[in-house]
Amino acid sequence: MTEFQVLNTRAPRLDAPAKATGRAKYADDLSMPGMLYAAILQSPLPHAKILHIDTSKALKLPGVKAMITAKEAGLVKYGVSPARYDETLFAHDKVRYVGDEIAALAAVDQATAQEALSLIKVDYEELPAVFDMFEAMKEGAPQIHNEFPGNLTAEVHQEFGDTDAALAECDLVVDHTFLNKRQDAAFIEPHSCLAVFDLDGKLTLHSSTQVPHYVMRTVAMVLQIPVGNVRVVKPYVGGGFGPKCEATPLEMSCALLARLTGKPVKMTYSREQVFLHSRARHQFYAEMSLGVKKDGTMVALKNKAVLDGGAYTSFGIATVYYSGSLLGGPYKLQAMKYDGYRVYTNKPACGAQRGHGGVAHRAAFEQLLDMTAEKLGIDPVEMRLKNIMTTGDMTVNQLDMSSLGMKECVEAVRDNSDWKNKKGKLPKGKGIGMACGFFVSGAGYPIYRSDTYHSTVVIKVSEDGGIANVLTGSAEIGQGSDTAMAMIAAETLGIPLDNVRVVSGDTDLSVDLGAYSSRQTLMTGHATKEAAEHVRAQIAAYLAEAMGCDPASISFRNGTVRFNGGPGDFEKIRTQYIKEHRGWTDPPSGEYLTFREAARLAYLKGGTLVGTGKYKPPRLGGDYKGAAVGTSPAYGCSAQVVEVTVDLETGQVTVDDMTDAHDCGLAINRTSVEGQMQGSLSMGLGECLFEEVKFDSHGRVVNASLGEYRIATALDMPNVKSIIVESNEPNGPYGAKEVGEGAIMPTIPAILNAIYDATGVRITELPCTSERLYMAMRAQKDKK
Amino acid sequence: MKTIIQLTVNGEPVEAAVEPNQTLLQFLRDDLELTGTKHGCGLGDCGACTVIVDGMPVNSCLVLAVQAAGREVLTIEGLAENGKLHPIQQAFVDKGAIQCGFCSPGMILSAKALLAANPKPTEHEIRTAISGNLCRCTGYQKIVEAVQEAVKTIEGMEVS
Repeated sequence: MTEFQVLNTRAPRLDAPAKATGRAKYADDLSMPGMLYAAILQSPLPHAKILHIDTSKALKLPGVKAMITAKEAGLVKYGVSPARYDETLFAHDKVRYVGDEIAALAAVDQATAQEALSLIKVDYEELPAVFDMFEAMKEGAPQIHNEFPGNLTAEVHQEFGDTDAALAECDLVVDHTFLNKRQDAAFIEPHSCLAVFDLDGKLTLHSSTQVPHYVMRTVAMVLQIPVGNVRVVKPYVGGGFGPKCEATPLEMSCALLARLTGKPVKMTYSREQVFLHSRARHQFYAEMSLGVKKDGTMVALKNKAVLDGGAYTSFGIATVYYSGSLLGGPYKLQAMKYDGYRVYTNKPACGAQRGHGGVAHRAAFEQLLDMTAEKLGIDPVEMRLKNIMTTGDMTVNQLDMSSLGMKECVEAVRDNSDWKNKKGKLPKGKGIGMACGFFVSGAGYPIYRSDTYHSTVVIKVSEDGGIANVLTGSAEIGQGSDTAMAMIAAETLGIPLDNVRVVSGDTDLSVDLGAYSSRQTLMTGHATKEAAEHVRAQIAAYLAEAMGCDPASISFRNGTVRFNGGPGDFEKIRTQYIKEHRGWTDPPSGEYLTFREAARLAYLKGGTLVGTGKYKPPRLGGDYKGAAVGTSPAYGCSAQVVEVTVDLETGQVTVDDMTDAHDCGLAINRTSVEGQMQGSLSMGLGECLFEEVKFDSHGRVVNASLGEYRIATALDMPNVKSIIVESNEPNGPYGAKEVGEGAIMPTIPAILNAIYDATGVRITELPCTSERLYMAMRAQKDKK
Repeated sequence: MKTIIQLTVNGEPVEAAVEPNQTLLQFLRDDLELTGTKHGCGLGDCGACTVIVDGMPVNSCLVLAVQAAGREVLTIEGLAENGKLHPIQQAFVDKGAIQCGFCSPGMILSAKALLAANPKPTEHEIRTAISGNLCRCTGYQKIVEAVQEAVKTIEGMEVS
């Protein structure tokens, strides 16, 4: 189908051997001579005034080198979106959740640091606290931030078309409510960092982050030093999934303590601290109404969201916009109304997690679609196909589906799951369900308002011409971006993958906004391609000059150079190369000039051969308030069919089969695409069936461990039939777009629709534990 | 008060003074600088710190260093020989079983212990053997496929 040499293959990941042998270094694996260990004091109370902090005893403990509180750290406000900078590094007037940071210290070892923490004395005056989002919205509820009365961090009201008028003309309007639970991203590597200050005041921060660029900016702002004085270096990262998308108190504390002590300072969160820092998926309450015509044509959607945000905003403004905007597709609607509220509570702050803002509302909506189809007597697959968007469609909220293989995905899962022979024909206790979803391939705008490029890439060719080094600030966090960039560079340069090296995750190398909103394949990919084209053009120009030919007649393929498709008369160049490398054991040979010889010639003519590339999206989206959220140069989409067995006596659910189709545009690496699809389903299955961060009546997380907070194990996951659907995305490099997040969208509703098929019970609250399902089945029986 | 222990780590004799409350994980990572063994939770929940002690996969965060005295410990660093990957490692690379890689050392060692005891495991036996190793990236499918691939490779090596 294609003539690609490297792209679209199953090339093994570049970093896999290092990771398989334990050589790969993660932040906590780093150490430096004289390194100190930091620890952070966190509030034991959910809401309290700080009356006094006494650090004197702790400071006297032998081995304690420095201590910082709000007094030393200052009160620079920071956060994710500049419109809601509502955090300071340390609480100064009051604490707002169990886990709020009060002080940090550095000591000669971990044990001393922990002992010193216990010697800090804080006097509090406890304040009434509120843990429930609906309680927090009521009049008279404890106020968590003075600047935000009613505990509302963000409020969104959008309407496209006249929703009430459209609903009035519908033959049927179906209502639905849905409640998910607060998640933890449960990446296996806890946050960790090592901060080092040079003697000339420049900071190098090695950190487990998805976004070196944003961490650099926030740390510089909070430490009040120039951005150029901060270098963030990301070692290997053990998963992120969203919560590692912002600067942490860990990073800022270590940086401040490193400056204060003149020593490298390291700290790693305990697993409990990962739960307390949180920034993972919000709890969402969804209330929606869908209006349709008798024939199944969807007309209008009313959607309301309430989000429990915890004590600070984090990504929350974007989250509450996404819950509305991401229902604009992939079905045609004439009108859509959205009202969203994000509420402060005295709990750890929620932020972005895989499928940012869209997952819970997608789950509600895809259930609502099934409920509507049932009332109309239409097959759920047919109902979806009837309303499906295709390439070139624009949603009511002006998201441009520049490529959309949604129909192909639905048909693929229908046909590969044997849907037609199973739907409505399975015995009681067995069920089949389906759902769809879509997601952005990178946010259309940076988090801070700016004309910045979203990605720049430098490709520097080694002086012998043999290796192309791709230098990028992008963040390999496990998703495979380094390998994808290497493949794009190799394809563009016409060289084997072995001849490309990638150095990434370092803010000194290039600008890259990082690994969030499924952006790197498209955006860093574009910049990589452009940088490789720049290198190629320079080589072609020098070659054309040397050979006396037209640069346009030169092409590169499999590490060789073609002149008008043939070998050309390159003897002079080869002779020179071989003369320069007398004694070398690998002289270039073969009937074609090699890339190595050509790149060496370019070096001799012009010095070190460097190509640069850059990317930022064009202006996207409508003119309404909040139009930026949900915009993207391209959208990936997916459909899933799930089959379950429900034990009707106990309510236990077993997921037997999952069939998943995802349109990722051109699959840069087919194995990595499947890996993202399968991983997404695993996270969605956990969220649907077991995952819930629970609190006691004092706002303390009661299950802050991976034993009590249950994620899917190898025994919970079935094998997934993964079908890659490849549309050709005009705005993506080589036609590529996202897969990392869109693939989670259909999982929860597909499972819940299958459970309904098996039991006749509609579950409207997650997680769908055995107990919840058993109680729901019993309630339904009692009703009859 | 430190205690002197003697043990074998990756085939080499080791003698060291350890604190009585030091875990085997801390000893391997901090004292021997074998950082391939990962610290994911410290509670025995995630399995990232799995090493093989006398043939058994154990969570090294739940074992004291002093308990390892006189025993043979295999960590991920001891699996590849002369720069050549062990068939399980190679299969993990080839099959795309590694994403972030943080669970991989523990996962590979759990698979190693399984195949030593049961050279031809069923899919369910593989899934059971790695059920104490949490992975948030892969959905486990490619890990299971990698172990199945390694079974074939190892079988082929023994025949030839």
